[in-house]
Amino acid sequence: MTSYMPPAERIWWKMPVGRQELVWIAISLVWCLIMFLMMPYWHIYGKQNPATEAYQTTPAKFGARVQEMVEQYQVREESGIPVVKPPAGSDIYMLGRLWQWYPIFELEKDQSYRLHLSSMDWQHGFSLQPINVNLQVVPGYEMVLQITPDQAGEYGVVCNEYCGIGHHLMVGRIYVGE
Amino acid sequence: MAEFRTCPDSGFYFHKSAESLMKVNAVLGVVFLLVAGVLAVGVVLTRWQEVHLLSAEAFYMGLTAHGINALIFWIIFFEMAILHFASSTLLRCRLATPAWAWIGFILMVIGAVMNNVAVFQGNSSVMMTSYAPMQAAPHFYLGLILFAVGALLQVFVFFGTLVVAHQEKTYEGSVPLVTFGAITAAIIAVFTIASGAIILIPTFLWSIGYISHIDAEMYRIVWWGLGHSSQQVNVAAHVSVWYLLAGVLFGARPMSEKVSRMAFLLYILFLQLACAHHILVDPGVSTEWRIFNTSYAMYLAVLASMIHGLTVPGSIEVAQRKKGLTNGIFEWLRKAPWDNPVFSGMFISLLVFGFIGGITGVVMGTLQINLIIHNTIYVPAHFHATVAVGTTLAFMALTYLLIPVLFRREMIFPKLAKLQPYIFGGGMTILILFMLGAGTLGVSRRHWDMDFTGAALGFEYPGMAYTLMAIAAIGGLLAIVGGAIYLLVAVGSLMFGKKLEPSAGFLQSFLGKSLAASVYNTNRPETLPMAPKLSVEEHGSSGFEAPGTFALAMVLLVSFVVYYFINWKYLASVWPLG
Ligand code: HEM
Ligand SMILES: [Cu+2]
Ligand SMILES: [Cu+2]
Repeated sequence: MTSYMPPAERIWWKMPVGRQELVWIAISLVWCLIMFLMMPYWHIYGKQNPATEAYQTTPAKFGARVQEMVEQYQVREESGIPVVKPPAGSDIYMLGRLWQWYPIFELEKDQSYRLHLSSMDWQHGFSLQPINVNLQVVPGYEMVLQITPDQAGEYGVVCNEYCGIGHHLMVGRIYVGE
Repeated sequence: MAEFRTCPDSGFYFHKSAESLMKVNAVLGVVFLLVAGVLAVGVVLTRWQEVHLLSAEAFYMGLTAHGINALIFWIIFFEMAILHFASSTLLRCRLATPAWAWIGFILMVIGAVMNNVAVFQGNSSVMMTSYAPMQAAPHFYLGLILFAVGALLQVFVFFGTLVVAHQEKTYEGSVPLVTFGAITAAIIAVFTIASGAIILIPTFLWSIGYISHIDAEMYRIVWWGLGHSSQQVNVAAHVSVWYLLAGVLFGARPMSEKVSRMAFLLYILFLQLACAHHILVDPGVSTEWRIFNTSYAMYLAVLASMIHGLTVPGSIEVAQRKKGLTNGIFEWLRKAPWDNPVFSGMFISLLVFGFIGGITGVVMGTLQINLIIHNTIYVPAHFHATVAVGTTLAFMALTYLLIPVLFRREMIFPKLAKLQPYIFGGGMTILILFMLGAGTLGVSRRHWDMDFTGAALGFEYPGMAYTLMAIAAIGGLLAIVGGAIYLLVAVGSLMFGKKLEPSAGFLQSFLGKSLAASVYNTNRPETLPMAPKLSVEEHGSSGFEAPGTFALAMVLLVSFVVYYFINWKYLASVWPLG
């Protein structure tokens, strides 16, 4: 009845707090601190972190960079999309546009690449399946992150940011060879 | 001229203008819940891949409208009713400037209708987040702006009413805890609407060609300043409703006024600034800022929610134990009124919000773990636990209380109403748990076709993902049945429920016309007294006065810790990247 009546004591903020609540607050606080510390810890020692590097760009600039790489390293074509095999350790560029991820990559297992991602038009979502790694791809921004595929196979890149009526058509591919 | 009536059943005082406003706001909220619920049928049956009901166009349109009508229009209209209740009714005070509140209400109606028109005309299927540079029709944004301005006016009337109550000394001591919680919600709402204006007004100008460019990342950062803090409004509002219902049902008093109010204060100080956990995997925001924002701003608010999570059931336990239900650690809970939908609704809301909504929210708000969750169907699963069960079910439970008290009608179909929280809460829980699972398997949110029919390159989800989505959909349908029962009982009672004396007719219920003049027989209610004092020895107990609640809290904590580290382990298994 008193949750909706004025507090019984005029100076309610001076009333003692029960032990049970204090214990719970202390436990919760410690837990919140642990969760907080996990993030800087993983940032320094963990192997999976969101990108820390990004640049402002334009669709024209980024598109030209992608094209340059495609011309240099294209090995074949699949469903009309170039398949590119860039050297291990190099910078690789993937763009998202309505409704396509471009180009397809052929990468090597246990090699690192610097993956650059940007959008030519609307926002897209880079969702690497089946390992389920998800990144936001925003026009005007170029995200750079180091990736090290550690398992060979065929991976899909699903678009998981809604980008209009053809959103479900937007699937890309990355091959990782031994 | 007398302005107040007392409710003979509950003892609450209703000011004539406040009463009308509460009714119209609540009724309009329910109308938009109906719209959202109908759309949910299409959404959920499309995501069930074997059924795949709607075309892509209809699905995205329906999903846009489902999100906006449920999350924005239903919840905020209902919150306006709660604000007037927490100020005017609880403080026994006249409503300050009712005319402004009406203007606000009318703006909200115009805005909500305008926005829906824009969406159903078909050129504004941009989802409720309307991420630039995808563009909606100008009246899509204008509708939202008008709605927000209207809400702001009603919030100001709420503050005005508090000032009047203070000046006219309608209550002794400090405002009640429930009102304090409502103040928290209202303060955060002002902040929310300010960010909303900062982002939606330029976006509107852009949609009519006045501004040539909106930076997509800036849009996301500011939009989530609004989007996130608005969720904090909901949390503050439904926690206040929990406290209110605990008080009404059990005569529960807060275990400690100080602790509960501090916890509300933490909401104001922290969570409302947190927007980074929506942009953890975006380009161009620094790691330091992301860690700082997602933790300082979020975890102190998480702390606050963990506190409420203990003190709400704790206060119920203490009250029950005083009544002699002291056997074991759970007699107080076993013998709670489980067949009263006001209680069951409130308690299911609390459990699902804490155990599912809270834990999943913190886990996916962790900087690195977000990598394996961002934009998967896990995300809507999480927020159905917070807003569709936490907030919505708490408001449903409150409705069952208000039907007799505010609307003066007896509830129809009481047997059905008894089952409603279980059907809705149970169905939702199934929907949520299985969508969480599907999200873990990578199923995308806001996605029409997990088969990618017609795509140049394909991808195949594991069969399990389809199974999980199908079971989720069945849970969703069950929840929709639960929602329909709520609408049937609520609307049906206002139309056909037995009239209670003093009674309200059709117009009074739906259009907020006041009751017969003779009903308002009090000029000024007696001053609201302070709650009766406790005996000295009951203060700040050094023992554990609510052991059952503490046990529940420990179960929550253990689940939380285990689940949190399971996700780290899963993260550690994916490709090294960064
Ligand atoms: C009645 C049963 C309900 C069912 C079966 C249901 C089902 C769903 C599903 C399956 C989605 C995700 C679709 C997708 O991302 O592809 C969704 C989205 C959503 N739902 Fe519900 N929902 C229900 C009620 C509610 C309620 C009561 C609320 C809020 C109070 C709500 C708020 C939302 C929001 C905000 C979205 C996100 C829309 C977006 O992505 O823009 N839903 N709903
Ligand atoms: Cu896309
Ligand atoms: Cu897309």
